[in-house]
Amino acid sequence: MDQALFYHRFHFAFTASYHYLFPQLTMGLGLLIVLLQWTGLRTGDARYDRAALFWGRVFGLSFVMGVVTGIPMEFQFGTNWARFSEATGGVIGQTLAMEGVFAFFLESSFLALFLFGRKKLGPKAHFGAAVAVWVGSWISGYFIVATNAFMQHPVGYTMDAQGHMALSSLPALLTNPWLVWQYIHTMSGAVITGSFTVAAVGAYYLLRDDSLGEIDPGSRSDYGRLFLRVGVPVGLIASVIMAFPTGDRQAAHVAEYQPPTFAAMEGLFETGEPAGLVLIGQPDMGRLHLDNPLEVPAALSFLTYHRWSARVQGLTSFPEEDWPDNVPLLYYAYHIMVGLGTIFIAVLALSAFMLWRRRLSRAKPALWLIMLLAPFPFIANTMGWMTAELGRQPWNVWGVLRTAEGTSNTVSAGNALFSLLGFMGMYLVLGILFLFLAQREIAHGPVPDVSHGVGHEEV
Amino acid sequence: MASIWFWLVAALLTMYVVLDGFDLGAGAIYPFVGKSDGERRAVLKSIGPVWDANEVWLLTAGGSLVLAFPKLYASSFSGFYLPLMAVLWLLILRAVALEFRNHLNDVVWRPFWDVVFWGASLVLTIFLGAALGNVVRGVPLDTNGYFFSPLWTNFTTQGERIGILDWFTVTVGVTSMLALVHHGALWVALKTTGPVNERAKKAAAWTWPFLLAAVALVTVLTFHIQSHVPRRLAAQPLGYVFPLLALGGLAVSLWMRRRGRELYAFLGSVTFLAGMLLSVSFGLYPMVLPATNGAAASLTVSNAMGPEHGMRVAFFWWIPGMVLVTAYTAFIYQNMRGKVDVEGEGY
Repeated sequence: MDQALFYHRFHFAFTASYHYLFPQLTMGLGLLIVLLQWTGLRTGDARYDRAALFWGRVFGLSFVMGVVTGIPMEFQFGTNWARFSEATGGVIGQTLAMEGVFAFFLESSFLALFLFGRKKLGPKAHFGAAVAVWVGSWISGYFIVATNAFMQHPVGYTMDAQGHMALSSLPALLTNPWLVWQYIHTMSGAVITGSFTVAAVGAYYLLRDDSLGEIDPGSRSDYGRLFLRVGVPVGLIASVIMAFPTGDRQAAHVAEYQPPTFAAMEGLFETGEPAGLVLIGQPDMGRLHLDNPLEVPAALSFLTYHRWSARVQGLTSFPEEDWPDNVPLLYYAYHIMVGLGTIFIAVLALSAFMLWRRRLSRAKPALWLIMLLAPFPFIANTMGWMTAELGRQPWNVWGVLRTAEGTSNTVSAGNALFSLLGFMGMYLVLGILFLFLAQREIAHGPVPDVSHGVGHEEV
Repeated sequence: MASIWFWLVAALLTMYVVLDGFDLGAGAIYPFVGKSDGERRAVLKSIGPVWDANEVWLLTAGGSLVLAFPKLYASSFSGFYLPLMAVLWLLILRAVALEFRNHLNDVVWRPFWDVVFWGASLVLTIFLGAALGNVVRGVPLDTNGYFFSPLWTNFTTQGERIGILDWFTVTVGVTSMLALVHHGALWVALKTTGPVNERAKKAAAWTWPFLLAAVALVTVLTFHIQSHVPRRLAAQPLGYVFPLLALGGLAVSLWMRRRGRELYAFLGSVTFLAGMLLSVSFGLYPMVLPATNGAAASLTVSNAMGPEHGMRVAFFWWIPGMVLVTAYTAFIYQNMRGKVDVEGEGY
């Protein structure tokens, strides 16, 4: 690969992957905070309200990180991908501008009211601010996924002789068949991250206080139990939606619209009739086969086409110039995502059962498991996006504009590396700061106490 | 259609400068108007609820630019690569400093973020002006309408390899710093009481004569550097209304500040900034990025514009969308009207 192309790609991949660690948490927590506040308003139980305020503080930290790492994304379309922007701006300019007008203003205007306006607004109006911030963040997700969906499966456009794309139908762009499932899939992923984080902190409180017997109402363990009661069922619902119908439908779209990607993702080099589903194995691109494969016979045919004998095209049946350019990484990203997704369903289903039997808050092994799994939804979401984006290669816009033709011609490899290193350094520092401040909030907890360590509580 | 979008994007950028301008300006004088921790928190509280929404105007201007002038977006963002990366880092540092400062009450933590917040704000006020200066002066565009500007070369405004920083753009940068410091000082004065209020007024008073001189100088220099501007004003004398508006705003800000009418003084500064930016937009039109290597190479409204249908469609959602935005913005400013309450919630 050309060096400049490599750095431009790495630049975007690094800043986008890092950025998305935070929006997934805020979009997930946003929903959970709304649910907590709504329950608090409905039942009059002050603990739900206090729990919402506590998660609001974590949300605030994550939101700031999302904002500051998000602005560079909007810039990079132009700075590093100028030819892509020139060619597609007539189409994706719509969704990018709509995100600003309909989402960013809503979120940013109500964020401060949500974070600091509790006393001034009272519980009902404050709930309204929480809803506004949550809705804003989900609308933002919609427009950005719409932009990505256009790149994955371009619809609603025309192209002139110079390769400039123009919008032909806004409704088609906003109801792209690819978009519908991808959006629900992405949002479910965010909800899993949010609920796992809430449940894991709950498990941590219960384990830390070792109060596996009696729990005092209003104590930290009591909040731990409350977090599990909210996080586990919401997470379970989201993780089921993640697999079915959204994951299933998305895979079907990939098989239909991006067949070489589908073959690469599944590690299917030779066309199979029927084709087996690979669970584990390492792609060998020299000999074009999978080492140590562990396969379920005919399962891929069935999952994709709902027929046990269906034919699934292998990677070698497509011209090599249309293969995704990093098949092993794509294959691993996809398998890690699916593997983790399956583990989440299993763990959350078991936890939900124990919750129902009122055993979860006393079951140490389950609590340990939930707590230790907390980082994994972030990994699974990142792997999901890597599957989407590596799978889109070698195209910027699938079938229309090649990635190598989308970079900024005037920006040299050296300049791209310069800013890449700058972002790496800055994001490392930001990550340490975020973890440090989030740890303080979690250690401080939702229980009102005498410590005035946490700034926003200085009232 | 393209002309309408030219003015819409110009309006969005003007809104950005008017709104984010006051929080940047407040940041640039922050450690001087707020001496104690409580006073500094008062300054932060005056901008805390709105800085993020203010920055969204820039993002929305960017998004609208992609929509209406994809060629201009592609060319200018890649050509101004290095300063834009610096702007991004400064915006990140500034936002993080503002948001993280009050999480810890610690004698090492808070002064550190204070310096970061001040420094990043100050440098940004200069960079925004230098960016404007680059657009006015123009860049050497290749036959495809692209370029790449080094940060600085020999500080002259002509030749093959013009830098981002030259004597003209630095002058515009300093003018912008003065304008935003003045703007920010009037905002802080409007929102605070006691010593902070007095120091902010003093800062505005000190800045005002320098700002007037800088504006006069920059105007003369602009006529000299970008000959399109005087030609355009000569052809359409109605355009003089914008510089007159700016001058009127600057005069009002002085007059009202002296009479102690803080709100009107700030609004005078708003008018001044809007007048300046609209003057530049009017003076450059129909150019959107002039070429220094012959006017024929310039990017203009017609050769940088995107597809017509998209621009027409976007109207249908842009107008109701911006009505909503105006409503939230009005609601937020209404909600935080009056002087900040240092003891209450937030920042």
